[in-house]
Amino acid sequence: MMRLLAKLAWRNLWRNRRRTLIMLAALAVGVWSMIWMTALMRGMLDQMIEDSVNNLSGHIQIHAKNFRNDPSITNSLTNPDEKLLQVLNHNEIIGWSGRIKVPAMISSERYSLPVTLVGIDPIMEQSLSFIMQTDFDGEMLATAEDNGIVVGRKLLEKLESRLNKRLVITTQDKNNQLADRGFRITAVYSAKLQLLESQYVFVSLNILQTMLSCENCLSEISIKTMHHDNLQSLKDRIKSVAGDYEVNTWFELDPYTESMLKSMDGFIFVFIIIIFIAMSFGLVNTLVMAIFERTREIALLHALGLSPRLITLQIVIEASMLVLIGLIAGNLLAYLSIWPMREGVDISIVGEGLDFAGISSVLKPSLWLSDIAFANLTVIVLGILACLLPAWRASQKAPAAAINWSDT
Amino acid sequence: MITVEATGLSRSFGEGELIVHAINELDLQIKEGEFVCLAGPSGSGKTTLLNMIGGLDHPSRGMLKVAGQDLSNMTKNQLADLRLHKIGFVFQSYNLVPVLSAVENVEFVAQLQGVEASQRRQMSMDILKEVGLEGMEQRKPAELSGGQQQRVAVARAILTRPPLVLADEPTANLDSVTAENLIDLFLHLNAHFGTTFICSTHDPMVMQRARRLIRMRDGKIEEDIVRDTT
Repeated sequence: MMRLLAKLAWRNLWRNRRRTLIMLAALAVGVWSMIWMTALMRGMLDQMIEDSVNNLSGHIQIHAKNFRNDPSITNSLTNPDEKLLQVLNHNEIIGWSGRIKVPAMISSERYSLPVTLVGIDPIMEQSLSFIMQTDFDGEMLATAEDNGIVVGRKLLEKLESRLNKRLVITTQDKNNQLADRGFRITAVYSAKLQLLESQYVFVSLNILQTMLSCENCLSEISIKTMHHDNLQSLKDRIKSVAGDYEVNTWFELDPYTESMLKSMDGFIFVFIIIIFIAMSFGLVNTLVMAIFERTREIALLHALGLSPRLITLQIVIEASMLVLIGLIAGNLLAYLSIWPMREGVDISIVGEGLDFAGISSVLKPSLWLSDIAFANLTVIVLGILACLLPAWRASQKAPAAAINWSDT
Repeated sequence: MITVEATGLSRSFGEGELIVHAINELDLQIKEGEFVCLAGPSGSGKTTLLNMIGGLDHPSRGMLKVAGQDLSNMTKNQLADLRLHKIGFVFQSYNLVPVLSAVENVEFVAQLQGVEASQRRQMSMDILKEVGLEGMEQRKPAELSGGQQQRVAVARAILTRPPLVLADEPTANLDSVTAENLIDLFLHLNAHFGTTFICSTHDPMVMQRARRLIRMRDGKIEEDIVRDTT
């Protein structure tokens, strides 16, 4: 019986080849847009998270209690003690580093600008943040005692300065006294986000500690772990040995990205449903037209003994075939359009606008199996549901009203 | 045994002043194995009566039993099942499923009944040969003439040897020789398998050869002639 119904459904599908092909194209484009756009959105968010983690925050940070309210050197940590070091040197930790991070003014001969001054240990920072992996001109800091300063390309433009020129940094030391010092520009870095280039300047940790009259003090300890999907347990372990210090995960420090992450699933759901609704008008219209054209034929099948249930089933099979072919084409199209973008696409043409939202200028789509499954399931389930009403109505038509006997 | 039994059967269309009584208080009994011809002018109620006997339409009033089953109490699925197993249909037009070939159309009912594939294919080929369509088995309805389509429909209606065949103008699109052959086939099935035939027709040849001729007018039986044509 199923073979007969499938045969009827398949042949009916291709009776009006042009209409079927148009509907298939609409379905394929709909499914393609669901998967493609979802992959881009996921990719964008993944990139935001990756950038957020690499842009100095790490997965977890340790701060002095009031540092987040008042990020001055007066709210500082000391070097980690034995207990904390035990946790930080565990093999699940990719890297950790202590830093000093204070607000400061940077001055060239022409301009003064506010920046965040970061004191780093270049060796510890290797596997942790963007600064040791990014492109630069000049000579990057190599040890915690190096004298130079590393500034972003954008900041250098604003300051109208250049490599090897001197800049003056002014900030407050541990005793709330003005501390200033001249640094020679030894390296100019480029970052994915131009915002970073304007905001952060880097000096070596020990030099900054001396400048701030604060030997062994740190503003933060940043930690990167292999198990970034389960940060809570690492956070708890660190917290248990960190005394009064505050321990925060990256999403606690970056609530904007966290809220984006949380709302992404809902956003994708709404997006897929909207596309489906648009598609379903075409699907239902095609089916209604196909059924309307076949009123007499359906009545004939009815008269020959095909029950209303089987007539409904035959139309549902027909719609399912249409949807399945559309899905296969849509998935294939999505794969073919995402594959060439797997290494990322340069979207720097709109870089400044994206920069503002913390999105880097290289977009790498991220294809999740769950998103593909959701898009496909939505189209299958809702597609079949959408065709049930016309199918049922067709099966309920009185055959006598549709079949043309010779006369009354 | 009685195949069709109608008592006080009525079918009206419309309401109020516009009401039309297509069948009006009709009493009828057709026994198993009869060859009945319904004749009468257009609007006399032949089609409505065939529709109701075939379970394609519901009576407004009265009782109608087909093959011993009271149609008024049956669901749509039960009626479909009755048609599938007990009744063969030959319509005047829109007889065939356009996406199926001639042989697939013929074996359609057998397939619904669950007859094994090779057996039903052989039966279908044989019966197509019998109605003069050998070599046209794989043609789609659109590739057949009206008369050829009619013969395919006849082949389909009689393939599974249903106890009752309802035929609407079965010879309307056929030339006289083919029409004669078709009625010969009907009569042969009627005589050898006891198949009951109810045909509506305007064809004098069919009326002449029918063993029972029912003339209808205004939804009522005007004349009911039983004769021995052997």
